[in-house]
Amino acid sequence: MITIKNLTKSFKTAEGESEVLKNINLKIEKGDIFGIIGFSGAGKSTMIRCLNRLEEPTSGNIIIGDKDITALNKRELREVRKKIGIIFQQFNLFDSMTVFENVAFSLKVAGYPKEKIKSRVHEILDLVELTDKIQAYPAQLSGGQKQRVGIARALANEPDVLLSDEATSALDPQTTYSILELLKNINNKLKITIVLITHELDVVKYICNNMAVIEHGEIVESGTTDSVFLNPKSDTAKKFVSILNNFSSQGTYSGGDGI
Amino acid sequence: MSDDLLGLLLKALGETIKMVAISGSIAFAIGLPMGIILVVTKKNHIIECPKLNKVLGTIVNAVRSLPSIILIVILLPLSRVVVGTTLGMKAAIVPLSIGAAPFLARIIETAIEEVEWGKIEAAQSMGAKPFEIITKVLIPEALPALVRGATIAIISIIELTAIAGAIGAGGLGSLAIRFGYQRFRTDIMIATVITLIILVQSIQFIGDFTSKYINKKRYKFD
Repeated sequence: MITIKNLTKSFKTAEGESEVLKNINLKIEKGDIFGIIGFSGAGKSTMIRCLNRLEEPTSGNIIIGDKDITALNKRELREVRKKIGIIFQQFNLFDSMTVFENVAFSLKVAGYPKEKIKSRVHEILDLVELTDKIQAYPAQLSGGQKQRVGIARALANEPDVLLSDEATSALDPQTTYSILELLKNINNKLKITIVLITHELDVVKYICNNMAVIEHGEIVESGTTDSVFLNPKSDTAKKFVSILNNFSSQGTYSGGDGI
Repeated sequence: MSDDLLGLLLKALGETIKMVAISGSIAFAIGLPMGIILVVTKKNHIIECPKLNKVLGTIVNAVRSLPSIILIVILLPLSRVVVGTTLGMKAAIVPLSIGAAPFLARIIETAIEEVEWGKIEAAQSMGAKPFEIITKVLIPEALPALVRGATIAIISIIELTAIAGAIGAGGLGSLAIRFGYQRFRTDIMIATVITLIILVQSIQFIGDFTSKYINKKRYKFD
């Protein structure tokens, strides 16, 4: 479904070029929930943002479905983006619009038939369990509810891929759990491919089938989530696993009673 | 207050309001696209075009660096071309509009720039065209700030009309200069000043109210 080949990204800084992503190669299967984990500054956010070219790759190819994202011109890119949803850490909802209008915005942009917008918005808000807030403005919602609107907005036009850029990092553990549960559900129901980045191993452990570990702009380890957990090879993965083991005795959402 | 004075005052007030309304509308029609272009053509923005940005920025600064009275005098020949006269209210509208437009452009630029980049990225990630981002995201998101900015601009146009009044544009400025100052009619001077204060206060009140209303609608908590 998604193939990343030799992806690099460098930024020009005052001291010269700084290479944020170095020769990234990854393959993500259709319908997978794929997690990319790394500490702050590892380049994970840049990487996921390259997938819909919110960040322009310096070199390499990104193939999603049958399209090479890196080869598209602006107009073609806009078309492809309509089928790649993204959710953000800071939600990025439009404060001037109600929940309904926020979701409808993505449908309008996608040229969805006018007469169907209303029913589609209701349908998708039903999926994220937010129909009771349909006329509310984002400022009236809690963090978790905001992210649900973000998810609804990203999914409204039935994308093939959903990117999650630290979508739960601004949320408390309980809310994180409910959002992850929702993503799992959506993956199950819609068979959509989900790529998420996070600095929380819990998140990966909870919903990802496969994962990659990123360290200083390089993928240092990848495989099934279970294999990385059982046998972490890279320093970063070892650190993450040991942090998780230290904390899990105190009990986070793995084994918690949910909400 | 005599009927005579009241008549003069009302006529002048009417002229001022008319001048402000017409030149304000024209200035807004020029200033809004200019302000938006000043934002979106910046480097790495949605319609990146640093050259255009630079040229426009320089023009705006050039017009803004001229003292109003000089700008009005310089632009009078243009008034002759556009409205056929260099006298009266009609003639004043041309320099007032042109004088206020760059000021409005900067105010609008500041308001639009306040919109968080993340919202623009969200729209981009859904495949929105730059024009859609401008009309459906930037302007609505910046609306409360735009209203506050427009209020400041309208008040400064009132100030400009008073200056234009000094060279015969009519309105409250004219009245104050010709009667209050040149004919030593202190009563007219005071009446004009009070009228101006009430006018400016009312506009500020309407602006604040509108901006607060929009915010209240968006940010009310049940």
